[in-house]
Amino acid sequence: MKPLTTRDLVHCALFAAIVAVLGLVPPIPLGFLPVPITAQLMGVMLAGAVLGARLGGLSLLLFLLLVAAGLPLLSGGRGGFGVFLGPTGGFAIGFALAAFTVGWLAERLPRRGSLPSLFVACALGGIGADYALGIPWLSMVSGLPLEKAALGSLTFIPGDLIKAGVAAFAAATVKRAYPLAAAH
Amino acid sequence: MLGLYLHRDSPVHAFPVGWKLAALAVAATGLFFVSNPVAIGAALVGALGLFALARLPLGAVLGQIRPLLPVLVLLFAVQAAFAGWETGAATAGRLALLVLLASLVTLTTRASDTIDALERGLGWLRPLGVNAGKVSLMLALTIRLIPVLLDLVQEIRMAQRARGVERSALALLVPLLVKTMRMADHLSDALEARGYDPR
Repeated sequence: MKPLTTRDLVHCALFAAIVAVLGLVPPIPLGFLPVPITAQLMGVMLAGAVLGARLGGLSLLLFLLLVAAGLPLLSGGRGGFGVFLGPTGGFAIGFALAAFTVGWLAERLPRRGSLPSLFVACALGGIGADYALGIPWLSMVSGLPLEKAALGSLTFIPGDLIKAGVAAFAAATVKRAYPLAAAH
Repeated sequence: MLGLYLHRDSPVHAFPVGWKLAALAVAATGLFFVSNPVAIGAALVGALGLFALARLPLGAVLGQIRPLLPVLVLLFAVQAAFAGWETGAATAGRLALLVLLASLVTLTTRASDTIDALERGLGWLRPLGVNAGKVSLMLALTIRLIPVLLDLVQEIRMAQRARGVERSALALLVPLLVKTMRMADHLSDALEARGYDPR
């Protein structure tokens, strides 16, 4: 495996900080929707889409390490070990898997770097991987049957799809404005 | 520094971080094998005793448990309806206990101490290719970058408001990303210019 360059380290730290900041700022209102959305999962998707699988996943591991250390960085000011043991802990741990999967898909889907390809990567990787960990975890911790936990989580899917759209559009724009892939 | 730590002069605070984390891991694992509501109730009283020993205010305990309250009630109701109230009380009590114990560790340990302990722990992972020095540099950078980025978000929002596009997430995210990626390049140049060698 290629050792991490200084630039890689800084980029990982940067996206961990971006995910933290997206959890701290008040929810961003969207022009075409009456409800504002909380943006943390969007930051996860961005990390994967912009940095790729390896650095994106690493950057979210870094974020989770800081949350575990007790910094209140998850949206709603949550932090500490309690979050991981609680019912939504799987969704938090799933962030790292989600960023990795988004990056993995973004690197492999046809028409790499185009808006539709990035959207599919963000939606499938971001939502799919996060829920794949979060739902069984919720079911295990709370003792709810798996179908019920899954059904309850479905209500968040429309909001998450919008986040995937915004993240894909932002990533596509950034890749054009600031080509990072060339350096990797 | 931002954090959840509450300083008090107590034996719980003085207990070494590594042992606190190890004790939490053992307790969390062991709890999964306990299903007697009375035993769990006794453990809950014991956990509250530890909070008292750590001289933490009652408000801090409530603040940690409040976000969980609706889940606990729902959990108890569902389990009590399907499997009897004993199972309900045991499941809800176990979850409350886990979160209380984990909060106790978080509230009585400085984030910087936990990070130091994690770094020492990462030293053991060196054979797997984990470089503890790189991890600690990234942790320090992230902590430093968060307030910088918060200021940047305010600045961009103000600029967008002046142009009348404040209701757009994209108008915030794209400039934020482009600005910070450029900042990241300057930062890594600055690190290397000062002799930082990632190997």
